[in-house]
Amino acid sequence: MATETTGDAAAAAPGMPQLDFSTFPNQIAWLVITLIVIYVVLSRIALPRIGSVLAERSGTITNDIAAAEELKQKAVEAEDAYNKALADARVEAAKIVADTKADIQKDLDKAIAEADAEIAARAAEGEKVIASIRDSAEKDAATVAKDIAKDIVAAVAPSKIDAKTVTAAVTAKMKG
Amino acid sequence: MAEKEDGGLVFHPMDQFIVKPLFGDGPVGVLTITNSTLWMALTVLAVIALLVLGTRSRAIVPTRSQSVAELAYGFVYQMVEDITGKDGVKYFPYIMTLFMFILFSNYLGLLPMAFTPTSHIAVTAVLAVAVFLAVTVLGFVKNGASFLSLFWVSSAPLALRPILALIEVISYFVRPVSHSIRLAGNMMAGHAVIKVFAAFAAVVAISPLSILAITAMYGLEMLVAGIQAYVFTILTCVYLKDALHPHH
Repeated sequence: MATETTGDAAAAAPGMPQLDFSTFPNQIAWLVITLIVIYVVLSRIALPRIGSVLAERSGTITNDIAAAEELKQKAVEAEDAYNKALADARVEAAKIVADTKADIQKDLDKAIAEADAEIAARAAEGEKVIASIRDSAEKDAATVAKDIAKDIVAAVAPSKIDAKTVTAAVTAKMKG
Repeated sequence: MAEKEDGGLVFHPMDQFIVKPLFGDGPVGVLTITNSTLWMALTVLAVIALLVLGTRSRAIVPTRSQSVAELAYGFVYQMVEDITGKDGVKYFPYIMTLFMFILFSNYLGLLPMAFTPTSHIAVTAVLAVAVFLAVTVLGFVKNGASFLSLFWVSSAPLALRPILALIEVISYFVRPVSHSIRLAGNMMAGHAVIKVFAAFAAVVAISPLSILAITAMYGLEMLVAGIQAYVFTILTCVYLKDALHPHH
């Protein structure tokens, strides 16, 4: 510790001003006042205020996180709903495609059946015509055969065999 | 302060600690307004400026000053809660008062021409004794006679316990002494050393070195000012924990 060598006012203090007991009551008194003032200000105003701000902030943050969580949940739900709608639409579309196909098939089947029926009818008609043509042909052939047989018989043995016998004989021959 | 007088250096490194009346030259009475009073008042104003004015907007997204105030609050609150537990939190305002007073007194004292109230043993002794008495009374009020088990180390071998108890008692009563001298000593030493270097700055040949040394010491003192406030506060918390939970 430096000691004072000059004679000015400061030099009157002892080597360590900290040990100048004459100033102790003053320092202690003002210290107590200072501490009381700080304590009152802190406990009445500053600390409750800061504490409430911190609590409010943590509350806000908690709420915001909860809100964000909720929104996220909603987003997930919306996505699910969208996917479901998409899937439903796909199913619906598939069903419509199937129905349409079935309708078309039905129409097609009906058309084919009608066409078949038409074809069958036409074929039957044709066959009938062919049959009638064949019948008439046979009949013509028989008439021609009888006529020729009658002529031949008349030429070979006139008046000995009548026409009825010849016709019967021709018919029997044609069947055999 | 150092002046060149008659070609020789004169050191007055301790003059900065002299408590003198701010107005007039009379003796220092109990309520005389002294330089110490002035800087205690400035400390109060600084505390109010930070913790009251700084937080007046009560913003959810804090301003810069509010951030610092919240930082100080959170720092001390966390310390009290971690060391003393949940039941020590109700003493938080007292500990915060101590911390803010010491912190601002230390830092304001680092301003040029400033006076540092906490460099005086009278001030730190009052703080330390107040903590000591409060903690002792609280210990007996909360725990009754079982507070004395603080001195009875039940985990030690029986033969050692009386000796340990003696040591514990001595260390308990030395607490306020070390508690107060640590703070005042640190503050005084740093300021005195800076003043000594400042005296050398008057000598042209070594003044660059001296100024460099002042700068370095100042940086160190910035650190010490914060650390000593922290140490004083954390020891207060530890003593409080002993009072609330005396059983080892």
